[in-house]
Amino acid sequence: MNNGGGKRINGGTEEDDDEDDVNGDLDAWERTYTDERSWESLQEDESGLLRPIDNKALYHSQYRRRLRSLSSIATAARIQKGLIRYLYVVIDLSRAASEMDFRPSRIAVIAKHVEAFIREFFDQNPLSQVGLVTIKDGVAYCLTDLGGSPESHIKALMNKLECSGDSSLQNALDLIDGYLNQIPSYGHREVLILYSALSTCDPGDIMETIQKCKKSKIRCSVIGLAAEMFICKHLCQETGGIYTVALDESHFKELILEHAPPPPAIAEFAIANLIKMGFPQRAAEGSMSICSCHKEAKVGAGYTCPRCKARVCELPTECCICGLTLVSSPHLARSYHHLFPIAPFDEVPPSHLNDPNNKLQRNCFGCQQSLLNPGNKPGLFVVCPNCKRRFCLDCDIYIHESLHNCPGCESFRHSKPVISNEE
Amino acid sequence: MAPAPSKLYADDVSLVVVLLDTNPFFWSSSSLSFSQFLSHVLAFFNAILTLNQLNQVVVIATGYNSCDYIFDSSSDLNRSFENGRMPVMCSSLLQKLEEFLIKDEQFSKEEPDGRIKSSLLSGSLSMALCYIQRVFRSGALHPHPRGSPDGPEQYVIFYILCCLHFSVLTLDLKKDFLLFRYVAIMNAIFSAQHSLVPIDSCYIGAQNSAFLQQASYITGGVHHKPQNLDGLFQYLMTIFATDLHSRSFLNLPKPVGVDFRASCFCHKDTIDMGYICSVCLSIFCKHHKKCSTCGSVFGQAQSEVASASDKKRKTPET
Repeated sequence: MNNGGGKRINGGTEEDDDEDDVNGDLDAWERTYTDERSWESLQEDESGLLRPIDNKALYHSQYRRRLRSLSSIATAARIQKGLIRYLYVVIDLSRAASEMDFRPSRIAVIAKHVEAFIREFFDQNPLSQVGLVTIKDGVAYCLTDLGGSPESHIKALMNKLECSGDSSLQNALDLIDGYLNQIPSYGHREVLILYSALSTCDPGDIMETIQKCKKSKIRCSVIGLAAEMFICKHLCQETGGIYTVALDESHFKELILEHAPPPPAIAEFAIANLIKMGFPQRAAEGSMSICSCHKEAKVGAGYTCPRCKARVCELPTECCICGLTLVSSPHLARSYHHLFPIAPFDEVPPSHLNDPNNKLQRNCFGCQQSLLNPGNKPGLFVVCPNCKRRFCLDCDIYIHESLHNCPGCESFRHSKPVISNEE
Repeated sequence: MAPAPSKLYADDVSLVVVLLDTNPFFWSSSSLSFSQFLSHVLAFFNAILTLNQLNQVVVIATGYNSCDYIFDSSSDLNRSFENGRMPVMCSSLLQKLEEFLIKDEQFSKEEPDGRIKSSLLSGSLSMALCYIQRVFRSGALHPHPRGSPDGPEQYVIFYILCCLHFSVLTLDLKKDFLLFRYVAIMNAIFSAQHSLVPIDSCYIGAQNSAFLQQASYITGGVHHKPQNLDGLFQYLMTIFATDLHSRSFLNLPKPVGVDFRASCFCHKDTIDMGYICSVCLSIFCKHHKKCSTCGSVFGQAQSEVASASDKKRKTPET
């Protein structure tokens, strides 16, 4: 009877699948059950009872794993981060990008996350520049030149999202090599390739192109959406980049946002130089002048280039008239936290949780939330290695991802600041 | 750089985290005495709490040696008396403040004279931002601009008010200890901008505070320096007690003359044009052969000077 029942059920699901493909008779809510099998993430403990999923501790442990892997890469290379980056983002618009295994299609997901990435990139690297390159029908096109304004890139990207033809890694790399050879020597040259295809149709020997990129000191990273490819892995290994393959949309988002903070720089790659920059003052309210970027008369709210006194609308930018890079001091300050990172907090081993001495600090130092679980059981918390103050898990994530200051160390005048790269 | 864009808020509930400066070096030489200041400020807190039943006030004291939470109007102890709220609030706040000041003084160590006696703004800002993140996380109370499709019915808006005084706000950028404080303050300001928390600042002191002006400008808050300190309560009520929704209708002091110029690391003068090291982004006013912060030699490939710069890159002396 079981066999019969089993067969019938199997037959039933096969029929359902056919229905799915043929006429999509299922409602949307039913379709979510066939697509996302949320019951598969349930776990059982030893006695067969369902274990409640502790999302908070899971999230926190994933976060700490990621932090540890990042800091281990950084400490290994004598942290010097490339702060002035010239990055090209290569978007593969071949046939494979219109596949629908990412909803609604790979290219739609790519476009959405590239927009978020560009904004985050300029937030973390205000002095850097980004350019966009697309590969379509086996030919690489430069969509936007290297520039510092996020809006122009995003607008250009959203217009051109049709996919067709094959993909060619070599053409893209050749094109970018030509462009990146023209940038100043203090800049770090990077390429981020978002590759959906499983092959590359090249006119020549791609190994030669890879060697050329390596000699030009271009750091190439690839995020694959299909499967792992040897040629991408080889390219990333040779040039010192990172190769990752996305499993689903949220994983893809994580992977692409990991490229926003500056990577540990290889010291020989960029020559240190003094860059002349100007710090313009804000124009007085009510002053009228012709703005040099839009070529029309504007009133008030603008900045005056200190060298040629032309008016510009926003910062950071390059003065159109005299070519001076114009920034304001907060732009520089945005990058300082990369140079002075805070040490990761230490987890408290479970054996210490019941120590009577630890009863003194009952609240998280940052947000004053009680560190005890309901019922006076000790909850999870972390400790700053420098000031020994306790923080809850959420504050730990916020401090390391957004704030970049330890409130405990900052709140005491006589604590010695610790730089994580000296350990 | 562009100021923070103004959001559309739909309700007038607010959470005000107040950073009170208790630096004894300043207060001993100020024209307004600390007790008079406290009387203005306590009346201000009470007014905020009566403006709306759901308003909340949290006070963090910024001392010379330490920072700590002084008062939280949402904690159970302070909610007990409906009618006699003011006396209860005042007594608990004043008691905690006194304890804090005694503890703060105990932390003092011998310091050479002539150092700038600035308060620990970075510490209290960081604590305030952690507290605000906690309130964000608690679910229902989350600010959403109007027109957002999935916002809850009730909006809670948060801002930080700093009553701060820096007697002279210059930083000794050569000493890396204070450079850390500069970086820490800027980190806190950018994090506030990212979380859309406006920082208002009320500056009570002789000179101008470039930091507070920048903080308020970048995060979209209001900065004001009251001219007549006897009427401080009136300034606080008319400018800083306004909730974020009403600010779009009110004519509040606009940011005039915010100075975004940088100071060079060698002389601490404000400069219009300077040279930036491409490795560590230090600012210099004249062309140098070598960067004094990171030790990179300009114009040469890094590997040739790797051995010399390795030594320089160890912990800077505080």
